[in-house]
Amino acid sequence: MQHTQFLQPDQQPLQPLAMHPRKFIVWLFMVSIFMMFAGWTSAFLVARSEGDVLNIELPSLFTISTVLLVISSVTMHLAIRSARRDNLQGLKLFLGITLALGVVFLAAQWTGFARFMEMDIYFVGGTAVQSFMYVLPFMHGLHIIAGLIFVGLVLYRAYRFKVHSKNMLSLEMCATFWHFLDALWLYLFLFLTLNA
Amino acid sequence: MIAKQFLVTGLLWAFIGGSLSIMFRLQLGFPEMSQEWLRPLLGDWINSSGKIDPEFYLALVTMHGTIMVFFVLTAGLSGTFSNFLIPLQLGARDMASGFMNMLSYWFFFLSSVIMFASLFVETGPAGAGWTVYPPLSAIQTSISGAGFGLTLWLISMTFFIVSQLLGGINYIATIINLRTRGMSFVRMPLTIWSFFLTAILGLLAFPVLFAAALLLVFDRSLGTAFYLSDIYIAGEALPHVGGSPLLYQHLFWFLGHPEVYIVIMPALGITSEVIATNARKPIFGYRAMIGSLIGISVLSFVVWAHHMFVSGMNPFLGSVFMFLTLIIAVPSGVKVFNYLTTLWRGNIVFTPAMLFSIGLVSLFISGGITGIFLGNAALDVYLHDTYFVVAHFHLVMGAAAFFGMMAGVYHWFPKMFGRMMDNKLGYIHFWMTFVGVYMVFFPMHYIGIAGYPRHYYSWTNFDAFSGFTDLNQFVTIAAIITFSSQLIFAFNFFYSMFFGRKAPANPWRSNTLEWTTPAEPGHGNWPGEIPTVYRWPYDYSKPGAIEDYIPQHIPYSMTPGSNLPHENELADREKDDDAIVVDDTNKH
Repeated sequence: MQHTQFLQPDQQPLQPLAMHPRKFIVWLFMVSIFMMFAGWTSAFLVARSEGDVLNIELPSLFTISTVLLVISSVTMHLAIRSARRDNLQGLKLFLGITLALGVVFLAAQWTGFARFMEMDIYFVGGTAVQSFMYVLPFMHGLHIIAGLIFVGLVLYRAYRFKVHSKNMLSLEMCATFWHFLDALWLYLFLFLTLNA
Repeated sequence: MIAKQFLVTGLLWAFIGGSLSIMFRLQLGFPEMSQEWLRPLLGDWINSSGKIDPEFYLALVTMHGTIMVFFVLTAGLSGTFSNFLIPLQLGARDMASGFMNMLSYWFFFLSSVIMFASLFVETGPAGAGWTVYPPLSAIQTSISGAGFGLTLWLISMTFFIVSQLLGGINYIATIINLRTRGMSFVRMPLTIWSFFLTAILGLLAFPVLFAAALLLVFDRSLGTAFYLSDIYIAGEALPHVGGSPLLYQHLFWFLGHPEVYIVIMPALGITSEVIATNARKPIFGYRAMIGSLIGISVLSFVVWAHHMFVSGMNPFLGSVFMFLTLIIAVPSGVKVFNYLTTLWRGNIVFTPAMLFSIGLVSLFISGGITGIFLGNAALDVYLHDTYFVVAHFHLVMGAAAFFGMMAGVYHWFPKMFGRMMDNKLGYIHFWMTFVGVYMVFFPMHYIGIAGYPRHYYSWTNFDAFSGFTDLNQFVTIAAIITFSSQLIFAFNFFYSMFFGRKAPANPWRSNTLEWTTPAEPGHGNWPGEIPTVYRWPYDYSKPGAIEDYIPQHIPYSMTPGSNLPHENELADREKDDDAIVVDDTNKH
């Protein structure tokens, strides 16, 4: 079976979207996650159009967490580059930094919620728009936790010498997912900045 | 294996869902009748005057809808046949991820267990309608059916969505990545095309339902106000302000409408396959069939608001959605005409599967035509929430999808269990079901035009609806007959599973790859090498061919008699391909 699979690309022109099925599965997961957030953000717009304009200013902490997440995307990319060059030390270092940045990001988001409360914006008791200020970062945070578990697993594999230039699949899947979470947060951040 | 698990679970749900409908039909058809005999089953839901409790009636309707739409026609239909046919018809050893596939079933199982348990909680199962509209559903104390039963309903649906997403992602990845050599997209059987697009719809629509449901959970359990505003209970205003119940409807129907195509498209795909095989003719307009499936899929996402014409939306917006809705008639019409032209002058073999497929086409026409009425915003103002709607969607999506499922079961039973189902019982099952379904739902159109509203426990208290009692009795009797004829099917199904006649390798003389496997495919599906595909799946009755069918794995070079000129060129190229294969195998 392996045999015929490996022969295929030699004999046929590369097919559209030809990639490892698991990697493709990651992309499909990302599509469904995006749809979920698209549902919430459009619901946000509907709720706002019902006359509930608040002019909420996002806590500056969210800007900091955004920067942290972008940096973690960069370190994730550096991890990939290290792995491609079989620089295992660098791989572990950069994956570790990514993991740490992710945790700090979560902490920053959590503190951001505290700022919301100082601003008299509550999850319960306020209007739908106010609740959304919690729902969107919180649900994104849940996905970040999933992403962190993924990063942790890959880091563990890296310590077992299972991630290197000839075995990039898990790292590449992890990186794709991490960049996606980064992009998703950028979308949410811009969305909230512009619409809240 | 997972396909069989889905199938058996789905069929069990079908019987549960069906028996619920018989209970409420009895109430509607014979409002004076004593239901005392149901007390052993329903306990205190039969009230002291021997009637079904009105709140339990709502729960029956809700659970019937939920079970039929999600558990039978989504999981039971596409869960079964996608899992079964995608690897076999594509020539794959297994799905892209066997593990996810297993998870998909067990999440479904878990969700089934929770939903089943919710039937037995003290406050009764969910009773807020299968659409669980807020504010009714968002306040736990509004009705007893919005209490613990609805909480379980929401948990169960969450697991169901997870199951569907895992399954759907797996189907898409398998279809895109694991086709055998030569299986290009335009050589895929239409079944695969329909499963593919169904999975895409599910992937895009179910997360939005999850998003909507999660906000509903927040409203119910944590006290937020996404869907609630200005609600007064006993003169007291609730603290929730600033939400909008219409928001839920938008989110829900953004799933809800694609969901009906998630239900019907696999049935249409199965029908394409069964009709072409048993008419012994190539499917008419193969590419048009694919095009119309794609058209339906795209349109399904831009018509959700036609469920909300009377929600006070801007009439201009209403006409936009009306326009988009009516356009769906075009791809649907293309499909119907292609089915008819495939049948036209075919050498038809009336197997039970074929009868159910033709039945599907009939139901799809009858139900589709009333869709044109209802899609019309102006007419919908009158017809919405009447039995006209009930009749419409039961014919076009309920019964039609059910017929597709039955066609699939009869057609692929030999492949699943290595034995044949009994044809005679199949014919009896078909005719009773076919006539029965029309007997049930045709009169409902009249009742609906007469203004009879849905969800009503009883009409006898209203002067306006005191007529038509006889028609309602007729519907109930027809429903009972239709339901009992399903017992014939159940017997046939389980009996044949163990004692049926042993099936030949290719009982319907069909072209697709699943019939090239051993009678009961084991792990890996094919014991030897995976067959290579050389042609499309619909070479039936090709002029000049020795037999009236040429399976997909037969190269053109082996059928010189029937090749068209351009296929002779392909035959030459096949030889080149084979040469390369030999080279490569030597190299390794």
